Amino acid sequence: MTKHTQAPRLHFFSSNSIKLAITSLISITLACSLSTPAQAADSVKLASIVELTGSGATAGTNFKNGVNLAIKEINAAGGIMGKKIETTVMDTQSNPGIAKGLTKKAIDDDVFAVFGPVFSGSIIVSMAETRRAEIPNFTGGEAADITMQGNPYIFRTSFTQSIAIPKVANYIRRIALIKNLAIIYVNNDFGKGGNDVMLKSLDPSKTKIVADISTDPGQIDFSAAILKAKQSNADGIFVYVNEEESARILRELKKQGWNKPIVGETTLTGQKVIDLAGDAANGVRAHVGLTVDAPNPAIRAFKAKFEKEYKYTSDHNGMKGYSGVYILKAAIEKVGKFDRKAVAAALHGIKISTAAQPGVLMDVEIDNKGDLNRASFMVEVKNGKQEVILELPMIPTQH
Amino acid sequence: MTDFFQLVFSGLATGSIYALTALGFTLLWQASGTVNFATGEFVMLPAFSMLAFMSLGLPLLASFGITMLLSILVLGWGFKRVIVDPLIRHGMMPLIVATIGLSMMMRNGVRAGYSAEAFSFPSLFSDSIFTIAGIRISASDFGTFGFAIVIIFGVQMFIQKTVTGRAMQAVAQNTESATVLGINVKRMVLYTFAINAILATTAALLVTPVYLAKFDMGSGLGFKAFLAAIIGGFSNSRGALLGGLIIGVSENLAGAYVSPAYKDGVALALFMVVILFKPTGLLGKTIERKV
Repeated sequence: MTKHTQAPRLHFFSSNSIKLAITSLISITLACSLSTPAQAADSVKLASIVELTGSGATAGTNFKNGVNLAIKEINAAGGIMGKKIETTVMDTQSNPGIAKGLTKKAIDDDVFAVFGPVFSGSIIVSMAETRRAEIPNFTGGEAADITMQGNPYIFRTSFTQSIAIPKVANYIRRIALIKNLAIIYVNNDFGKGGNDVMLKSLDPSKTKIVADISTDPGQIDFSAAILKAKQSNADGIFVYVNEEESARILRELKKQGWNKPIVGETTLTGQKVIDLAGDAANGVRAHVGLTVDAPNPAIRAFKAKFEKEYKYTSDHNGMKGYSGVYILKAAIEKVGKFDRKAVAAALHGIKISTAAQPGVLMDVEIDNKGDLNRASFMVEVKNGKQEVILELPMIPTQH
Repeated sequence: MTDFFQLVFSGLATGSIYALTALGFTLLWQASGTVNFATGEFVMLPAFSMLAFMSLGLPLLASFGITMLLSILVLGWGFKRVIVDPLIRHGMMPLIVATIGLSMMMRNGVRAGYSAEAFSFPSLFSDSIFTIAGIRISASDFGTFGFAIVIIFGVQMFIQKTVTGRAMQAVAQNTESATVLGINVKRMVLYTFAINAILATTAALLVTPVYLAKFDMGSGLGFKAFLAAIIGGFSNSRGALLGGLIIGVSENLAGAYVSPAYKDGVALALFMVVILFKPTGLLGKTIERKV
């Protein structure tokens, strides 16, 4: 009797099952490695290591789609100096540890450059690997300290917080005329970095921070956080969290009847946030480094191509990935050979105009830290769409 | 003070959703000794099913109706026949492991087959806000709370006042005696699984506008519901309601008056206190098992 009842449990761990599991694993691994095309002499390998799942899924998916669209176009036009681009896409699951492991794997695969991760917390960890292997690494991360570590192989595809947030602070003080500001930020590298720069950028004699509220990544319910902001008697709120949380905060602000200015940076007025937040996104203003709605022919063309390819509108992360590939292309063409070290060196101080390289979308400069500079915009959400209300010119990088 | 009541009310709305899901936990446990760790995913799947029907052009309520029938079939009958019946014979542990595996399978299945991104979900209730004695209450909070409470009390009434419900109680209390009395035990247990599916689908309808439809939306919810069921008392379905509401309200109060950073820890803290001082839960009893 006892034997009978125990038999099925033992079956879970029988040697046959283990053998079967091991055989399946080996065959899957073999199948995967066989399906990766061997690098041909006339091709160059890039790796996209991005957040396809987890809290960074929206950002990572857009970034990857942008990268792939640029690669497809470049390959269709004959590649970079005659070499076609091969790409592998890997999912970090929004986890820095996995991002680091995948970066090592990409290095073992002998890629020429790495795109991603997008999340600041991941790139800060994974870029040590590309630095060691001397491989150019493009990121969508905006945390200020990414480029403050003297890494000669890290390059941004968007503003650092230390350029973008002061622009928002300037808007809050001079144009929105907010005297008492509440800040809601997400407690990760991205959010904390942004919060720190905002606290430093605002002159306390002109704009007082009356509430500085930290929230969790992936948080669902923001009723308490918003109530805290309301209780602080702020006359404006700066929201600096990731995509889904932005949408939930906007819905909660609407629910609690918030009728004062809502200001953000890039993410807050992203198309995904607008789609998720619905009506609650109307009237929200944000500074954006890149927007598909910019009155600029190269960006208009990108928007149309992206929509045709993926059947939805790209957000700024799609533009980051797309323009990043073209920045790399411009640097390789400038150097004239596929030499990682020389390309990284050439990227520092490079100036690329849309006239020469339309794929960079806007005239762009990269400084000796890997930070990028270009013009930017203030947008407002009207009827579920971003509208550019102000164009802010390129300012000299200051550190 | 109005802020306090506002927080309590919005906490009640969230708590009532925890309660709906927690009730599923307790009902299954009482009727069949099953602990379903895929409960959160039982909420996530109907949410995506409703989205799918809506994308075909059906209105929200029609999609809800069809999804309800599908849920009863797949998450009620199918779950019982395919997973619970074959495994329960070998004891609790294989079943627990199987439901954990099932939850992973459902999550990753939706992620791989649909998308890892979040999707917005229409709310059954309007966005309007009304003020009662200075307290701002949104129609959606009010509607969610009302709808959930009606469903929970509906299930209670069904179990306590109808012949079928009483038969289900008899099965839960003593399966052998119920069999002797001529009650169709298998059918009663199946009814419990069907009710669990109904509760999960209702929770999906109410919670998804806030949580957003996403492959991992169920993991947090399932965990909170499990804690709510334990805090209230696993052996008492009124306990699930109490546990859910306590967690919802205290999370909100802690978020506002202590720090938003501690909000998610509240359920765990309550859980530990209850387990230490009243291991059977607030309304739980050690011996008898009631539905």
